[in-house]
Amino acid sequence: MSGFKLGGMTIGSVFKKPETLLYPFEQKQAPAGLRGHVIVDLSMCVFCGICQKRCPADAIAVDKAAGTWAIDDFACVQCACCVKECPKNCLLMEPSPSAVGTSKAPRVFVVGSMR
Amino acid sequence: MGKATVIPFGPQHPVLPEPLHLDLVVQDEKVIEAIPQIGFVHRGLEKLVETRDYNQFLYVCERICGICAAGHSIGYAETVERLMGVEIPKRAEYLRVIWHELSRVHSHLLWLGLAADAFGFESMFMHAWRLRERVLDLFEKTTGGRVILSVVKVGGVHRDIDANQMSEIIHVLDGIMADYRKIVDTLLTDYSVKNRTVGVGTLSHEEAFALSMVGPFARASNVNNDVRCLGNGAYGDLSDFQPIMDAQGDCYARVKVRCLEVLQSIEIIKELAAKIPAGEISVNVKGAPAEGAEVCNVLEQPRGECYYYARGNGTKNLERMRIRTPTSQNIAGMVAALKGCDLADVNMVVLTIDPCISCTER
Ligand code: SF4
Ligand code: SF4
Repeated sequence: MSGFKLGGMTIGSVFKKPETLLYPFEQKQAPAGLRGHVIVDLSMCVFCGICQKRCPADAIAVDKAAGTWAIDDFACVQCACCVKECPKNCLLMEPSPSAVGTSKAPRVFVVGSMR
Repeated sequence: MGKATVIPFGPQHPVLPEPLHLDLVVQDEKVIEAIPQIGFVHRGLEKLVETRDYNQFLYVCERICGICAAGHSIGYAETVERLMGVEIPKRAEYLRVIWHELSRVHSHLLWLGLAADAFGFESMFMHAWRLRERVLDLFEKTTGGRVILSVVKVGGVHRDIDANQMSEIIHVLDGIMADYRKIVDTLLTDYSVKNRTVGVGTLSHEEAFALSMVGPFARASNVNNDVRCLGNGAYGDLSDFQPIMDAQGDCYARVKVRCLEVLQSIEIIKELAAKIPAGEISVNVKGAPAEGAEVCNVLEQPRGECYYYARGNGTKNLERMRIRTPTSQNIAGMVAALKGCDLADVNMVVLTIDPCISCTER
């Protein structure tokens, strides 16, 4: 008999709002605060290298002399450690996931650029 | 009596979500011996303490297991806090337990779906995972991650749950509870489920005790070793905590204990959400663990007691971090339960003991 109870639930779901979304026509809104991917505003960066030192995945490379800041998205584990530790608050966690990579090379930012 | 044959089972097998290999010595469809073998996913995570400082290692520890990620980060952070004599704010303790119990709900629902799928109950699998998805959405909203939460830190937690989010958690859990009760009633009273689980893979109280089994699987054999009874952290503030026990020790008892624990976890979350004190959520932790300082800690993971040991060496890197996960205790019990069962019941016994090999091998 108990099987019918679950059957009732299954039939009931025919009349309810679906639990799933009709992707790609409907897309789920990323909640604020979701750890999607790291973005940097180099205009505020002082190249102190703290983010590089704190990163547990060794994903960041800061080069003060060349004025570059690079992140390896394939190594990054989205822990947001760098974002919390940056003294200048120039790092941010964007809720959306990073764009699909076309190469395994790190994303390199040069002073004067922002993404 | 037929001739004994060895049937290899795993590491890749439709009912096994984890890479466990069993050599089943079979005679006339009866398993007379099961020889387990692990070692397919060893990652050497404990060794990484040498190159990652104690703050960074939290993120490594969290990745020991996808399902118990919340538990491992909490267990590790508590161990390091004890090592350094840090007292964390009460609110952080409550938040940790709320997330930990939510992860127990998600872990048990995931297991329930897999178990239902293994004995051919596809619609139950769908319903269990549908409910689990709601818990993952709660994680997503409150921590920023669905599976790997990265919300705990040495000294407290990174994020607070505000009153709105707290009432949303309660509201979602109430919704889950209503549907979940129907699922569990169906599962526990269905005669085909009982046919497959009652009296199968029985472990007596004495056996479970002698084999040092832990978690819901030991509690199904009436061995009470629920670490939550010690009252660490916010568990100490619960008005009444009684672990869920059963005396039968068979597959049915194991399914029942785990099923009922979900309802218990929801009650715990509700009680703590009502009682949570206001205040800070973290303290600053400076310095390094003293040389030679050592400490151990236990935590009740969804699959049972997990033991953490840490030793400092005066630097920011720990000298040693040792983690003994629940499954490494339960494999011996699983082998004992497999002895004498039918070949067709092997998947039921394995799934009701639910080994997590990634945890065990680290
Ligand atoms: S921590 Fe901040 S300021 Fe320092 S190098 Fe990194 S991004 Fe720049
Ligand atoms: S989010 Fe974590 S892993 Fe990624 S770059 Fe920042 S610190 Fe490194």
